Amino acid sequence: MRLGQAFCAMLGRDIRLAIRQRGELAQPLVFFAAVATLFPLALGPEPALLERIAPGIIWVAALLAALLPMDRMFRPDYEDGTLEQMLLSPHPASVLALAKVVAHWLTTGVPVILLAPLIALFLQLPMEALPVLLATLALGTPLLSLIGAIGVALTVSLRAGGPLLALLLLPLYVPVLIFAAGAVDRAAAGFPVAGPIYLLAAMLVLALTLAPMAIAASLRISLS
Amino acid sequence: MNLVWFHKLGSPKYFHALALRLTPWLGALSFALLATGLYWGLVIAPPDYQQGESYRIIFVHVPSAWMSMFTWMFMAVCGLLVLVWRMKVAASLMRAAAPLGASFTFLALVTGSLWGKPMWGAYWVWDARLTSELILLFLYLGFIALQSAIEQREAAGRAGAVLALVGVINIPIIHYSVEWWNTLHQGATVTKFDSPSMPVEMLLPLLVSAAGFMTYFATVVLKRARCDILEAEAASGWVREWATRTATEPRNP
Repeated sequence: MRLGQAFCAMLGRDIRLAIRQRGELAQPLVFFAAVATLFPLALGPEPALLERIAPGIIWVAALLAALLPMDRMFRPDYEDGTLEQMLLSPHPASVLALAKVVAHWLTTGVPVILLAPLIALFLQLPMEALPVLLATLALGTPLLSLIGAIGVALTVSLRAGGPLLALLLLPLYVPVLIFAAGAVDRAAAGFPVAGPIYLLAAMLVLALTLAPMAIAASLRISLS
Repeated sequence: MNLVWFHKLGSPKYFHALALRLTPWLGALSFALLATGLYWGLVIAPPDYQQGESYRIIFVHVPSAWMSMFTWMFMAVCGLLVLVWRMKVAASLMRAAAPLGASFTFLALVTGSLWGKPMWGAYWVWDARLTSELILLFLYLGFIALQSAIEQREAAGRAGAVLALVGVINIPIIHYSVEWWNTLHQGATVTKFDSPSMPVEMLLPLLVSAAGFMTYFATVVLKRARCDILEAEAASGWVREWATRTATEPRNP
């Protein structure tokens, strides 16, 4: 099997597995909507206030919704031994791990992007900021998955992985949150947004090149 | 290039003996430097023309902020040694440094906010440097939590090494993103001290104090790493031999 075929096989397998467990697929979406609903309930429904804080709320909710299913990326495969087989295969572990991350993003990140316009509508986000919101989510959520995968790979063999994972990942997510929410904020205020978008894209490229290696190394450590 | 000393450092037995010999000297040096630097800074150095006496906290604040960043760099270098050469000693040093780094970060945050009360009128301002220092504290706490969660010593060392290296790539990104965020939201409120334009009477005690912090770090890291090595190698012959020898002798540091 060539490397490209192996990548596609891994991608297809993970997507099929995710689609067959529809309940799990919906969880991050419901969580995303629920977190975004909490803020107006806590802060009051004034449209002016909501309009001002909508970019931040949507991004915090998207970040938490990305964190929620993160642990599922490697844990089921670790528990049934598939992960060990993956590392034993002749293909580089980093490429196979990247396939798993892409599959995870397609099944958890993309639905959040699709739901985001609805949440933006709820929170009175100005219409002209919507394309920027979608662009930052399209660049930012794969970044969250890539960075998150390193943390998951480090903690997959631990029983109490969940809270530890959040503690490890939240500080590393700070730049994504700042640039993405900042870009939407600027768009809502009518300022140019090219700068933060380019920075997000640059961080995504950096993570795409470096993260798979760190993920593969971490998986090897966890399985040793 | 002669690399024998490097290979020797990789041997836990040799490192243990070296650390045992160096620690008292480094400890004495650190005590002398800290006492000199703090007395010089807190008593002798002239008061600032604008901030009066309250600026004196920089003789603790600035060295601890420097050390908080230096410690992570140190951990990342150790992490590289762990991943590339599988040096057990480097893993012990890295593990030993993490709580120290967290303490330096915490000290920098506390002294920063104590200084902020008279200067900014509030204990906490979302100043870019304070904020990135706070995120650094979270990184340290995450590292310590990961170390305590993994039971096998070697796996913990290598997992920590990966985290230290991921952090070293991320810390500059975090730092600049926070700076960018701060300028976006509120603009520059306070310009901090310009180190180069600092008068010599203030700069010298600051450097002495920083050297004191650095030697304190070296002392404690060596001591902690030595204990870690003794724990890890408890079953090996040389540890038993050393332990029985020190136990039978009446007084041995």
